[in-house]
Amino acid sequence: MPSIKIKNVSKYVCRKVNLEILDGELLVLLGPNGAGKSTLLNVIAGLIEYEGSVLFDGEQVDELSPRKRKIGYLFQNLNLFPHMDVASNIAYSLKVQKRPQSALEARVNELLQMMKIKHLSSRYPGQLSGGEKQRVALARALAMAPQVLLLDEPLSSLDMQASKYLRMELRQLQKKLGITTIYVTHDLKEAGEMADRIAVIESGRMEQVARPGEVFFSPVSKKVSDFIGAPNILDCTYCHGLGRGVVEVTCGGLPIIVPDDGNEVKKIALLPRDIYVSESKPPGPEVNRFKGIITGIDAADDMVRLKVKAGENRLIVEMPHHIYRDMDLVVGKEVFLILKLRSIKVYRNEEQV
Amino acid sequence: MSKLKKLRPGWGIVPIAIFLTIWETVARLNLIPGHFFFPPFSTVVGEFYYLTANGVLGHNFLSSLVRVLIGFSAGSLAGLLVGTIMGWKDVVNKSLSPIISLIYPIPALGWLPLLMLWLGIGETLPIAIIFICSFFPIVYNTATGIRTVDKNYIQVARTLGASDMKILTTVVMPLALPNIFTGLRLESGMAWRVIIAAEMVAIPTGIGALMMKAESLMRIDIIIVCLIVLAVMCFSFEKFFTFLEAKLTGQWS
Repeated sequence: MPSIKIKNVSKYVCRKVNLEILDGELLVLLGPNGAGKSTLLNVIAGLIEYEGSVLFDGEQVDELSPRKRKIGYLFQNLNLFPHMDVASNIAYSLKVQKRPQSALEARVNELLQMMKIKHLSSRYPGQLSGGEKQRVALARALAMAPQVLLLDEPLSSLDMQASKYLRMELRQLQKKLGITTIYVTHDLKEAGEMADRIAVIESGRMEQVARPGEVFFSPVSKKVSDFIGAPNILDCTYCHGLGRGVVEVTCGGLPIIVPDDGNEVKKIALLPRDIYVSESKPPGPEVNRFKGIITGIDAADDMVRLKVKAGENRLIVEMPHHIYRDMDLVVGKEVFLILKLRSIKVYRNEEQV
Repeated sequence: MSKLKKLRPGWGIVPIAIFLTIWETVARLNLIPGHFFFPPFSTVVGEFYYLTANGVLGHNFLSSLVRVLIGFSAGSLAGLLVGTIMGWKDVVNKSLSPIISLIYPIPALGWLPLLMLWLGIGETLPIAIIFICSFFPIVYNTATGIRTVDKNYIQVARTLGASDMKILTTVVMPLALPNIFTGLRLESGMAWRVIIAAEMVAIPTGIGALMMKAESLMRIDIIIVCLIVLAVMCFSFEKFFTFLEAKLTGQWS
């Protein structure tokens, strides 16, 4: 599978973008709406004209039409042909490229089996669920055994459960096929779960290209930090396993329980919106609950941001205005902070959980 | 509710039966002054049988049918061709749109005096009228149908390796079918309305001409027979295209 190089590409919001995607890698293009993510995919696919160069394995492909670039493209709204049944949708690319009927049927069957949709082969897109449509669209994109797979927010229309399940399947499939893949999303969690590397794009500029843990724990700019939610990053000095899938770490004097995968925890990250504040001592066991002192209050925006000192840590905590109004919070007041176990991001030797 | 649903398939016959019964009764009992102008339904049926048996109705019906079939087929095919090119190629659309928009609103019968002078009174005249009547609306519907196909489908087909011609024939045309059929369905009925009017004014044969002859002889029963034939033909042509559309797009549209 080819590596892809984007050199000085300009189109719409994108200005002189440079990016390299390695052979067989899954790179997630992460950014807010209107950042230029889909534009870059369309540039790579050759669907729009652009300035600059796109190279597949060092070879310029700028003059090649989309069909000669050997790409599979999964669009955001999937766009299954409504007048064709599932098998015909999958067979479309093989048919227009005039593959022999026997080879065509064999490939369609292979894909139907691979995507576990054999029982749907004679249904029309209008008769499929969101997840089923997703599988059909992916099978269609893979039919010609493309060298590059472009996925434009393919799971955005699915419910959380289906999206999570398909994300895992998609990742497994990509690894199995070893296909160079670019996955566009604005969802940080999705990016963290899928990516070999993440490229953060904002207003058409490439802000940071790095491994997921690095983007989250070492954002290179305020823009990146803001986009990922300006997390509180805490260094961990002590770590010991408690069994049952959790480990206790010490961060700035606070003992915090985090998920365990057997590796030593270096840092943890807490998004300001994932830290809850209580004026009174919360009921239940004292796990991931700490006393803190409010050192500052910024109530300028829709969200109120509190600065809280807990142990040796200075944390930023966010809460909606209506909750802040119902509480009696002032600088110097002692409050209780509650951390949700599953909201704590953990950085372990270049790996993010 | 469920009983009503069960009645539905045959339900449409009931109002027709009631209407015919009232018609027959009113005419037989001379409830309308000047009953000569209002023959009973049974008389109309009798006349229908007589005109069919002596071949007058068949001869005139065939004349009209052939004109409609030739004019409508030619107009539709030409309309489909021009409409497809206009819908697919923006430059052609921009070039032809002003002319089409200008000529489209002219009623088909408005062409009659001009065509009578250009073509003379003969078989070409009604066929030309039907051609004009079908051509412009079908151009309009086809072009609109093709232009309104979601551009994302075209992009998908392009990434899947399809050439422009393949995209047009395998994606765009099938997706434009519902719009195209709307034009065909409406114009197939309109073709009958127009041919009758044209025959009444300028052609000596056909159902329209038969109606005019009946009018001069004050044969109301024959006029009604012709009107019923016209209604049945409009209905049948429209139903044919509804059936064809359902066959071609019913599974997905």
